Amino acid sequence: MAVVVNGHEFAERPRPGQCLRTYLRERGWFGVKKGCDAGDCGACTVHVDGEPVHSCVYPAHRAQGREVTTIEGLAAGGELHPVQQRFLDAQGFQCGFCTAGFIMTTAALDEEQLDDLPRAFKGNLCRCTGYRAIEDAVRGVRRVDEPAPGQAVGCSVAAPAGPQIVTGTARYTFDVEVPGLRHIKLLRSPHAHARIAGIDTGPAMAVPGVVAVLTRHDAPTGLFSSARHEHPEEDPADTRVVDDVVRHIGQRVAVVVAETEAAAAEGCRRVRVDYEVLPAVTDPERAMSPGAPVIHPGKGPETRIARPQDNVVGEMHEEIGDVEQAFAQADVVYEGTFGSQRVQPAHLETHGAVAWFEEDGRLTVRSSTQTPFLTRRVLCDLFDLPEDRLRVVAGRVGGGFGGKQEMLVEDVVVLAALHTGGPVKLEYTRDEQFTASTTRHPFSVRMTVGGRRDGTLTGMALRVVADAGAHGNHSPSVLFHSCSEPLALYRCPNRRVDGFAVYTTTVPSGAFRGYGLSQVTFAVESALDELARRLGIEPAAFRERNIIAPGDPVVDPGGPKQDLEMGSYGLDQCLSVVRDAAADDTAGAPAPDGWLVGHGMALSMIATGPPGGHFADARLTLLEDGRYDLAVGSVEFGNGLATVHSQIAAATLGTTVDHIGVRQADTDVVGHDTGVFASAGIVVGGKAVLRAAEALRAALLAGAAACTGTDPGRCHLEPDAVNCGGQRLPLTKLWAAMRDTGHEPAADGHSDGTPRSVAFNAQWFRVAVDPDTGEIRILRSVHAADAGVVMNPLQLRGQVEGGVAQALGAALYEQVRIEENGQVSTPDFRRYHLPAFADVPRTEVHFSRTADAMGPLGAKSMSESPFIPVAPALANALRDATGVRFTRLPFTRDRVWLTYGDAVGEAAEGQP
Amino acid sequence: MGVDLDTVTEIRSARELDGWRPGDAWLAGGTFLFSEPQPHLTRLLDLSDMGWAPLEVTDRGLEIAATCTVAELARFVPPAGWTAVRPATGPSLVEQCCHSFVASFKIWTMATVGGNICNALPAGPMISLTAALEGTATLVAPDGARRFVPVADVVTGVGTTVLSDGELLRSVTLPTSALRSTTAFRQASLYPVGRSGALLIGRLDPLEGSLTLTVTASTVRPVQLRFGRVPDAGTLAAAVAEAIPAQAYVDDVHGLPAWRRHMTRRLAEEIRRELEEGTR
Repeated sequence: MAVVVNGHEFAERPRPGQCLRTYLRERGWFGVKKGCDAGDCGACTVHVDGEPVHSCVYPAHRAQGREVTTIEGLAAGGELHPVQQRFLDAQGFQCGFCTAGFIMTTAALDEEQLDDLPRAFKGNLCRCTGYRAIEDAVRGVRRVDEPAPGQAVGCSVAAPAGPQIVTGTARYTFDVEVPGLRHIKLLRSPHAHARIAGIDTGPAMAVPGVVAVLTRHDAPTGLFSSARHEHPEEDPADTRVVDDVVRHIGQRVAVVVAETEAAAAEGCRRVRVDYEVLPAVTDPERAMSPGAPVIHPGKGPETRIARPQDNVVGEMHEEIGDVEQAFAQADVVYEGTFGSQRVQPAHLETHGAVAWFEEDGRLTVRSSTQTPFLTRRVLCDLFDLPEDRLRVVAGRVGGGFGGKQEMLVEDVVVLAALHTGGPVKLEYTRDEQFTASTTRHPFSVRMTVGGRRDGTLTGMALRVVADAGAHGNHSPSVLFHSCSEPLALYRCPNRRVDGFAVYTTTVPSGAFRGYGLSQVTFAVESALDELARRLGIEPAAFRERNIIAPGDPVVDPGGPKQDLEMGSYGLDQCLSVVRDAAADDTAGAPAPDGWLVGHGMALSMIATGPPGGHFADARLTLLEDGRYDLAVGSVEFGNGLATVHSQIAAATLGTTVDHIGVRQADTDVVGHDTGVFASAGIVVGGKAVLRAAEALRAALLAGAAACTGTDPGRCHLEPDAVNCGGQRLPLTKLWAAMRDTGHEPAADGHSDGTPRSVAFNAQWFRVAVDPDTGEIRILRSVHAADAGVVMNPLQLRGQVEGGVAQALGAALYEQVRIEENGQVSTPDFRRYHLPAFADVPRTEVHFSRTADAMGPLGAKSMSESPFIPVAPALANALRDATGVRFTRLPFTRDRVWLTYGDAVGEAAEGQP
Repeated sequence: MGVDLDTVTEIRSARELDGWRPGDAWLAGGTFLFSEPQPHLTRLLDLSDMGWAPLEVTDRGLEIAATCTVAELARFVPPAGWTAVRPATGPSLVEQCCHSFVASFKIWTMATVGGNICNALPAGPMISLTAALEGTATLVAPDGARRFVPVADVVTGVGTTVLSDGELLRSVTLPTSALRSTTAFRQASLYPVGRSGALLIGRLDPLEGSLTLTVTASTVRPVQLRFGRVPDAGTLAAAVAEAIPAQAYVDDVHGLPAWRRHMTRRLAEEIRRELEEGTR
C-alpha cells in the first residue's frame, strides 16, 4: 500500500523502524522539520488522514494506505490556507523553523482548543517569538504595514521570506537534495577525561555501507578555537579536529562516513577504543585548586591559554579607584554570591552542515552558521586550502542565539569530504546539541557593593568564576565582556574585578545571547537592589542617582573604553517607563488570595558591537528589469536582518521592499562579513547596506542626469524610474544607458564597526508568589528598550518579546544538568524545559525616542540585549514580595519553596 | 531519538507472532519507543491491528484495551452513574488525567493507555487513573498464560514493572464499584501545564464511605492508602508519612524530593477536605 503525500503516491515501503518524518524528508517534503527528535517540539507536525501527529514519533509503516498532508500540501489550488495567511499578516514567526508545525497544528484546532491555547500548544515550541506573535496569528490580528515608496524605514514591513516560511518552501540548512550524499555519525567519548590509547576501526569498516572511519591519525594536527571572531588571537587555540585526549563526555573520538545514517551509526557502535581513563573535575573552583587534574597540560603561550597548569584559560584583575577604602567609607556594604546556570541556546535547527564538490572541484560547505566568512577562514587554515577553493554558505538558519558563532561541525564535514572525495552531511541530533555543542557559561559571581545613605554608590567589587568546560573557545572574551557594561552602567569611582574562566571536564561553554552580560548583570542588579533596600532608598531612585549620564565616558574596571561612545542616550526614558509601571497599581492581573506580591526592576547596557572591529561589505546592483539586487554577507536566522536591510535599501532608493532582492550569507556574494553576532547585524551590516544604497543612488541620479541633461539636484528616484525634473526615465532604460556607456549600475558599501555606541534596556515585573508551593505568577511584565531609531517596530517588538521569553526560561525553568561524572542528564526537551506557550506571559514593550549618532539612520542594536535584565528584575520582584534574596538561578518552584522556607525558618530561629 | 530505529530489521504484526525472541519489543503507539534510541531492538511486534475493542462496558465495569489510544479514552462517554468518570459538574477524572500528559493532544491520537502503563514513569497519568480506579491488569505471557495484577502493583519502580520478558499487557479492567465512586484530583508541576511532580487522586466509596488515596508522580511507584472513613487531618498526615518513606520520593529534574513530599502532603489534605465536604 502506498503512502499518499499531498496527493502524490509513494509506493516505496518505509524501512522497518523508520519514522514518518524521515520518510517524508527523504522524498523531498522539506517543510517537515526536525526539531527535538522526541515528539516534544511539534516542528514535524503533519496530518495523517486529517489528524495532526508528530511525524518524528509516528511509525512510518502505519502511514501506508493513508493520506499525509504536510505544510506544502495545506494550500489548496494556489490559495494560501487561512491560517497561513494569518501567520503572514501577524508575522507569527522569526526564524520560521517551528512555523510549519504551528500552522499545521493551528489548522487542526477546534473551537474549544482555540479557547485554550496554552493546552493546545503543549506540543509546539518556538524559541524566537515569545508566542505573542503566534497568538496574534492564531487570532487573525493583522500587524504588517505596506509603506509607500521610500518610506520603508520605521514601518512594520513584512519579512521577505514570509511567503516561503508559511508554505514550507523556505530552504534551511538541510533542505537540499545532493546526489550521492553520504552521512556522518560521530563516535563520542563515554568518559569525561581520557587518553585514547588505541583505536581499532576495522570492525566498523566491515559494516556494509561504511565508507570511511576517520580518527586523530587522519585529522589535521593544528590547534584552533571553535569560537569565531574577526581576530582569531582573541580565542585560545586548544582544540583539534579529532584529538587523542577527550575532555568531556560526548567529545568526538571518530568520524564514521557511510552510505546511510544507519550504517554510520552501526559503524560507531563497532569502533573499538582503548581508553586510558584520567581523573575528571567538574567544578571550576576545584579545577583551579592545587592538585586538580590538569586538562590542557603542556600547551604553550602560542595557544593563548592564560595558565594551563592551573586550568585557567582566561583571567582579569583590574581596579580603578580604591575599592577597600570605598567600602570603609560606606554606610552599608552588602555582599552576595550569585549563580547563573548552564543554559542551552536551543535553536530549533540543530547544528550541522552539508559539503559537496562543484564540477570545477571547488568545495562548498552549506552550514547552519552565524559566521560563514570566519568559518571559511579557519577551515582554509586547518586544511591548507586557498580561500577561492572553498565556499561557505548558509541557507535560512533555524535560530542561533550565539550557539552558531562557533565552528562545531564544519571541520568534520570538510575532513570527511576531502577524505572520501564526495558529498557528505552531518546533522546533529537534539541529544548531541545538549551533550556535544555549547551552552551559556555557568557563572558564580561574588559581588560586594557599598553605598551611603545619601544614595551614593561608593564601590563595587566582583570575584567572577566562569566555567569554560572542556575547551576555551569563547571563554576569555565572555569573561572580559561580562565585567564591562554591567559595571560601566554606573558612575562609581571605585571598581574592582577578579575574574577567572576555568576549564572543567564538562561540555564546553560558548557564545550565548548576552555574551556574559546576563550572568554578571544578575549579580550587579541584584546586589544594587539589595543595597538600596538596606540603605532605605527606593531601588529605582538609587539607580537614578548612580547611572551613567549623557555624554559620560564609558568606563569599566579596565578604564575608559576607547572606541565606545554614547551615540545616543535613552536610559532615562527606560527608567521612566519602569517607574510609571510601578506607580500604576491598577494594571496587570490580580494576585490570588494569600499570595505574596511584589515588584522589581533591573537595567542593562550593551555595546553596539564588539571591540576591535567588525566588518561588513554590501553591494547593490540595479538589474535589467528595474529591480535591485542586494548582496550582503549577513545570515538570516530570525534576526530580521533581511527585512531591515531591504528596508534601508528601499528607503534610500525611493522604492518599496518588494523591489529589493536579497542575496546573503554566502562567501561568494561579497568580499567579507565578520558575521552576525555581538549585536552587529543592523549597526555594522546595516551601515554597509546604507552606504551601498547611498552610493548607488548617487550613481543612478548622476547617470539619469547625464542621460536627460537634467541638473542632478533636480533628479530623484521613484520606484520604477528616475524623475528628472518631471521627466521620468524608466530604470530599465537607465540600466541600458549606463551599461552602454560603460557604467556598472552598482555600488559597494563597507562598514568597519567603529566607533561603537551603547544601547539600554530595562525590565520590570510585578509578581505573586505562593510561599507554600513556590509558584511564581507574573502579574505584569514591562520592558523598555533604547534601540535608537526603530527600523521596524513589529520586528523589534518581536525581538524584545522573544528575548524576554528566552530569559524567563533561563530564570524560571531551564538548566543543563551535569552529573558528578560529567554526564549531561537533561539531553531532551522533556528534561530540559523550554518555555512553551503556557509559560510565557505577555510583555508590554516600550521604545525610547532616541536617534543614534553612529548607527545607520540613527538605529542601534536590539536583539541580544532584551534578555539581560530579566533574571535580576524577577529576583528583585521576588525579594520585594517575599523578603528573601534569591541568588541562584533558575527559580523553579521547588527551589523557591525550599529557599523561602529555609530563610523564614532561620529568621524564626533567630527570634529570642 | 525520533530518528529512525535503525537496528530494527523487521516489523511484524503481533497477530503473526512466531515466538518471542531477544531484540523484540511490542509496538503500541510508538510515541515513546520512537522518542529515544533503542539500539538493543531488532524487531517490533505491532499491536495496532489486533482488533481489540478499545473500550468495552461490561457488567463488571470498563475494560480498556492496552491499545486504546488516549484520544479514544478522552472521547469516551461513560454510562450514567459512573460518577468517577462522569461527574455531575466539573471535569471528569479521565479528562484531568489526560490533561496531565506532558504530551500534546497530537500525541494522544497515537499514544496508548497500555503503553503509558508499561513505560512505568512516575508521571504516567494512565497509571494514576487506572490505579486510582482499582484497575486490574490482564497480563499474557508468550505461552498464553494469563495473570491478573492490580495496576498499582504492575509498576515496581521508575521504569520497571512486573512484566516478564515477552509478557504483554492485554487490558485493564476498572470495576463498576470504583467507577461509581466520587473522586478528587490534584496535580503539581514545576511548570504551568508541565509534567507532574505529584499527582494524587482520592476516591470516596459512596456505599462504604471509605477513602482510598492514590499517590503517583511524586513517588517512584504508586502508593495507595486506604481508610475506612474520611480521616481527620492528623491521621491522614501520619498515614502519608508512614506509607511513604523519604527515599520513596522521586529525585529527578521534575522536582526536588523535599518539595514533592511537601506537595504530596498538601495535596492529600486538600483532597481529604474536598471529599469530607462531600460526605456532609
